[in-house]
Amino acid sequence: MSALLNISNLCKSFGGVTATDNVSLAVEPGELHAIIGPNGAGKTTLISQLSGALSPDSGSIIFKGTDITNRPAHARARLGITRSFQITSLVMDMSVLDNVALAVQARQGHSFRFLRPARSIRPLRDEALEMLDRVGLKARADDPTAALSHGEHRQMEIAIALASGADLMLLDEPMAGLGPQESTAMIEILKALKGERTILLIEHDMDAVFALADRITVLVYGRIIATGAPDEIRGNNDVRHAYLGEE
Amino acid sequence: MKRTTWVTVFVMLALAILPPVFLWTGNAFYVDLATRLVILAIAAVSLNLILGFGGMVSFGHAAYIGIGAYAVGIPVYYETYGGIDALASYGGAFHILLAVGVSALFALLTGVICLRTKGVYFIMITMAFGQMIYYLFISMEEFGGDDGLVIDIRSELPLVSLDNPLQLYAIAYIALVIAMLMVRTIVNSRFGMVLQGARGNDERLVTLGYNTYLYRLTAYVISGAMCGFAGALLGNFTTFISPDMMGWSRSGELMFMVILGGSATTLGPVLGSAVFILMEEVLSSITIYWHLPFGLMLMGIVLFVRGGLMGLIKGKGDK
Repeated sequence: MSALLNISNLCKSFGGVTATDNVSLAVEPGELHAIIGPNGAGKTTLISQLSGALSPDSGSIIFKGTDITNRPAHARARLGITRSFQITSLVMDMSVLDNVALAVQARQGHSFRFLRPARSIRPLRDEALEMLDRVGLKARADDPTAALSHGEHRQMEIAIALASGADLMLLDEPMAGLGPQESTAMIEILKALKGERTILLIEHDMDAVFALADRITVLVYGRIIATGAPDEIRGNNDVRHAYLGEE
Repeated sequence: MKRTTWVTVFVMLALAILPPVFLWTGNAFYVDLATRLVILAIAAVSLNLILGFGGMVSFGHAAYIGIGAYAVGIPVYYETYGGIDALASYGGAFHILLAVGVSALFALLTGVICLRTKGVYFIMITMAFGQMIYYLFISMEEFGGDDGLVIDIRSELPLVSLDNPLQLYAIAYIALVIAMLMVRTIVNSRFGMVLQGARGNDERLVTLGYNTYLYRLTAYVISGAMCGFAGALLGNFTTFISPDMMGWSRSGELMFMVILGGSATTLGPVLGSAVFILMEEVLSSITIYWHLPFGLMLMGIVLFVRGGLMGLIKGKGDK
């Protein structure tokens, strides 16, 4: 079995709190794999270790056959892992298009190029515009990022993840703080990406998770209690206990 | 054309036309003032690259002015009085090469350390390195210590003579235009987009795969080298150099020029230096207590005018 991402025996603790407890997980190419779990289950900590923002205490992370456990974040990004943030992380004082163009630029190798004005490089612009089009933000390309709504920022994050050409997209609660309409729009955007990119999705919105995921992993207190297709997870007793507190 | 473009053209034309007119009408003093203004503007433009566009608030930028000035003073001293032959020269090309080279090297060595820090720590550590150079030159008795060093002979260049005030001014002016164009080109390039992106949100850029540290360091070195060049010009202009040129208060003045004029704009640092130098001149001729109104005026601009003087010119409707 050649998984795109193979996590084995990953552990991370902060002081006395074990945020990631012996987590092993394989993400297959092309699948949309959701990670769910109650608050404080260590979902974001796990994503941070995958993106390189945190380094694990032990265990290993293999991506495309390469051990990336100790690689810095920018090196992982170059290998094809991209991350969107639970709290919107964009360059607020740049235009929407510039934000996405920076992602396209990142994919094309180093940017130690000092002469040509980046905004007049057609292929860069066109590709960024195309990504914005896919998330429905083409009309807002030239607006300052700070002027967009929260929902639109979320869509920008997806456009950036797309533009970075990553094989693996780590999406940390893309629906967080969205209204019902915006959520529906986001689900449609993500649905359109299914199969094209491998997505590891953290999400609280269960409707979204069950509508989108091919497989679901349930994390409780840093430990995996179940992994399987949505139907299996729905019928799993442990999961019910974790979520509903049934004895 | 946008209003800021008009103002830029106007200011640069004024700087090109006024000094020769001053000279021909017998006001040589104003040519001196303009030369100092233009040279400090080059330093401010170089600082703007890292402060304005890179978000790196360096409080030690005057060190490069000092390095550049001594890169003229020391070779001239050795050539005149003997000493280390390898460094002895009157040649302008050698001076400039030395000024730019040593400044770049100093920026690289200190940048490697400074850029590991952020915010207030960055400000403090750049200031510490600046003061280090300041005390280093004070300790060098051979070059006059804190009494300074007189440059007996100006850098020798082909075709022009720096002893001629107008020619010196022309060189400084051309250098300023080139510096402005260089910074403008750099910040609009792919490199510049990364630099500005990292200023706005470093984590985002790292997640995209950029090693932002290296981009910052590169900008830091370019900025230092440019400021070193300004220092070489300043040494040739004043012909008297002392560690006083690179103390922390000088670094503060450079910072102020950038912020006063409007950071992250092409003309801002030039406008800032112009207003700074002119106000200093005017106020100090009115009262010996000129620091007080000067300080209040500067505070007023920083507090109440967003984006400095360029922000004022840009107005609200213009993007």
